[in-house]
This record gives sequence, C-alpha cells and structure tokens, in this order.
Amino acid sequence: MLNKQELTDIIRSLIPETEFPDGTQLLEVIVPAEKYFSLVEKLKSDQKLSFNYLISQTAVDFLSHMTVVCHLESVEFRHLIVVKVLLTDRENPTIDSLTALYPTAEYFEREIFDLFGIRFNNHPNLKRLFLEDDYGYPLRKDFRDEINIIER
Amino acid sequence: MSEEIIKDVMVGENEDYIINMGPQHPSTHGVLRLEVCLKGETVKYLIPHIGYIHRGIEKMCEADTYQQLIHLTDRMDYLSAHMNNEAVCLCVEDALQVEIPERVKYIRTILDELNRIASHQLWWCAFGMDLGALTSFFYGLRDREHILDIFEESFGSRLLHSFVMPGGLMHDVHPNFQKRTKEFIKYFRKKLPEYDQLLTGNIIFQNRAKGIGYMSRETAIGYGVTGPSGRGSNFACDVRKIAPYGAYDKVQFNEILGTGCDTFARYQVRMAEMWESMNIIEQLIDNIPEGDYTAKMKPIIKLPAGEYFRRVETARGELAVYVVSDGNKTPYRMKFRTPNFSNLFVLNTLASGHKIADLIAISGSLDLVIPDIDR
Repeated sequence: MLNKQELTDIIRSLIPETEFPDGTQLLEVIVPAEKYFSLVEKLKSDQKLSFNYLISQTAVDFLSHMTVVCHLESVEFRHLIVVKVLLTDRENPTIDSLTALYPTAEYFEREIFDLFGIRFNNHPNLKRLFLEDDYGYPLRKDFRDEINIIER
Repeated sequence: MSEEIIKDVMVGENEDYIINMGPQHPSTHGVLRLEVCLKGETVKYLIPHIGYIHRGIEKMCEADTYQQLIHLTDRMDYLSAHMNNEAVCLCVEDALQVEIPERVKYIRTILDELNRIASHQLWWCAFGMDLGALTSFFYGLRDREHILDIFEESFGSRLLHSFVMPGGLMHDVHPNFQKRTKEFIKYFRKKLPEYDQLLTGNIIFQNRAKGIGYMSRETAIGYGVTGPSGRGSNFACDVRKIAPYGAYDKVQFNEILGTGCDTFARYQVRMAEMWESMNIIEQLIDNIPEGDYTAKMKPIIKLPAGEYFRRVETARGELAVYVVSDGNKTPYRMKFRTPNFSNLFVLNTLASGHKIADLIAISGSLDLVIPDIDR
C-alpha cells in the first residue's frame, strides 16, 4: 500500500497536467477532460498502482460547471484514489467512456447520462437507464418540475 | 399450396425468440424485467431493464436534513436496512469528527450481524423456491421470525427500523435484548445444520447448482461484483476487513472466500457467513459496555463544506456513500453506490449459454433486491 505522497509522485510523472487539491479526505486528482481516459488507463495498467476496481462513478452539478467523479481502488494494494474531471460546457457536456477498461462503467455512465445529460464518447449503448426519453435531467440543479417537486 | 402455408407458420431452426421475463415475475424478486433472447431453451443473451421502482432517492436527499434522509436509506435495500442507515451515519460522524460511545459501536455491530443473518435466511428460502423446493421457505421464515421479534421489541418495527441515527442510536435497546439474542444464537446453532441436511447435501439441488453461472475473479472485479457473490469467485472484497468500522476491529472473524466461482460456491459462502455472523455476535454480546446510547449532537446538523466517502458491507456487498456538502443543513449531492446495481449487470455474462431454468438459479444466487438497484 502506497501513501498519498508516493501516489502523487507516481501520477505526476505519468501525466504532468494533473492537479492535487489539498485538505481532502481521500487522495484526489483533477485531470483535464482530454487526458482523462489516458490517465485512468495508466492508473489501471501501471504495475505499482494497479487500480483495477471501479467502486463508483458519478457526477455533481455546480451550476457553473459539472464534475465527473470516479472512485478507484486497487484490489491487491488497497489504496484508493478519486479522479475528477471538470466540464465547463453545460449545454453539451462530453467525456470519454471508461467501458473499455471497466465493464461496470457502462452502467454507471448510462445512469449519469440519464440523470445529468453528460454524453460519453465510445460508449457501446448510451441509452437512458431509469427514466423516459423526454424527462429532462433531474439531478441538475436547474431542473424544475412544477407538478411533482415543491420548492421550499 | 397448403404445405407452403404450414412452412411459413412453422418457426425455422435459426429463429430467435425474444421473451420478457418480468416485471411481475416471481423469480425476479421484484419489479425487474429481463429481455431474454432464447434459442430453443438456451439463453443467447439477456438485457436487464430497470427503473420500475425508481423513486429518485438521491434527488429527495438533497431536500432533506441528515436525520430525515436516514429514513430514505432504509427503502433501498430493505433487507439490510440497518447497514444502510449506518453508512450515512458514519459519513456524518466522519465529517463532524464526533467520537461515538463504545456502547453504540458494539450494539451497531451486533445489529449488523443479526440483520445479515436475517437477510441470508430470506435469501436461502427464496433460493430454494427458485429451484423448486418449497420446504426451504418454511424453514427459513420460521427462524427469521425470531430475529424480527428481537427487532420489534427494541425498535418497534420489523423491517425498516431507522434505528441508527447520526451520533448514535435513536434510543437504547430493550433490557431483554441481550438475553433474547443469546437465546436466538443458541436456537439457531441447532437449526442451521437442518438447512444443510435439506438443501446442501441434496443431490438434486447440487446437480442444479453446480457448474452453472461461472464467474471468474477478473469478471467479478471488472463488473464490481461484491459481497458473497464476489467472494464466491475468490475476490476478497469484505469491507469489514478492508476498512473496519464499528466494533469489527475488536472481533476475530474470517473472511469467507470460495474458489468454485459457480452458483454453488456463492451458496456455500452465504451459508458459511451465517456461522461467522453468529461467532461475531457471541464475541460481543456479553461485553456490551455501559454508557450513553448517543453522543451529544446538535439538533441541526450542518456538515462542513467538503466531500465525504464511506463504505460499509451490507448483506449483498459494498455500499458506498458519497456526500458533497456546501455547509448547509441539507447535502448538496448524495450518491449511493449500491451493491445490487453492480451485481445485476453481470447476469448477462453468467447466464449466456445456459438453459432458462438455470437463469433462475443464477439470478437467485446473486441475491438481488430490486429497490436497491433503482433507488
């Protein structure tokens, strides 16, 4: 098991464009959208890191931008990392899919597409998971449903 | 002429059937629809369709305070209600850096394990029913009733108890709690061998369960299959061992790992886990320290701005809670990584190439609870 500093050093040497915010509960790495797939690919294939288990993948809407958040763990070494991507384009947010690396990402990404409207490149089957096609994206903060949701 | 018409109507050899299993099918254990493509009696592929019981719990959480949203987490995996509550509470306690009393840790852990036994008992009933054995249903429910009675005495409810609150417990457990739990363990230690006599050693059952639904360790990790289903494929994923919470660091227990990777291996892991859960309870039940049932908490909980992530082991696998707080009394975003969501989607890989009767056995061995998938 590597500690936070050792992980930071290895990841910096793999992808120099990464940022590591301070004061977080778990080790976090922020990466530009175009480097996202190559970073996760390296995190998975690197012998010392071997992040082979995708715990969860989700998104958060901050109105000015959206973030896609992945929690990765290594089954052998048991270290955890949080990979974040900031998407500033809320009209048509697009990011690479991780399905080629983790089969479970296919369904996490379908859920994100369903609830946030983030599109994933190279996704084999990008359809809505829970809701109807014309529902809107309910977990976005500017979502309004006057019939079912009462504003407090 | 008449021969030609008959030829048109007859189904050709290369034709596939698409059949919808569910959403009201008893063996899907809830409102799950499987679009199954069949060739004869063999499953070619299947597509799960979910969302029939999607209530938007994550969206509702954004409008509720932390005490209120505890009650929503019960409704995800209703058979591990206690662990679901605990996951949120651990997140809140982490964020506020509250030191919870030892008594609370012990009671939470005992309740976790009682809930796990109750859940595995119901799974065992239903798994027998899936394979056509009616008797198992009566055996399992008979013994589960004893646990539910203990719950009812202490919490007033049998299934969705919302008993764990941020900082501790809702109130203290009933004075009879220790005595009745010990009685139950003594009783169930005699009854559990009956389960083995009825199903485990049964040659018909073994022929139905062995060698089907093969899931390699790589498949389990790739699809994120956790809990007893993942451990049946030798994937060490027990959060109680990886990141101990509650009183799990004070007890001795083994992580049950199977190497068979098939339906029978997953069955054996769950049966062994019931024994292990009883061991854990026996180590704790006599040593519950005296003290408060809750730490001092403010009536309005406001988490400091930031992100918090905690995981617990439910009866079906790893439940992770991810909270984003902006400093208000309601969470800004709440994500539940539920075990069944990941466990469901491996079904296509496991069932392809098997007969449709084996599909029922395989989905039974994954122990799916549908409200946990849809949330």
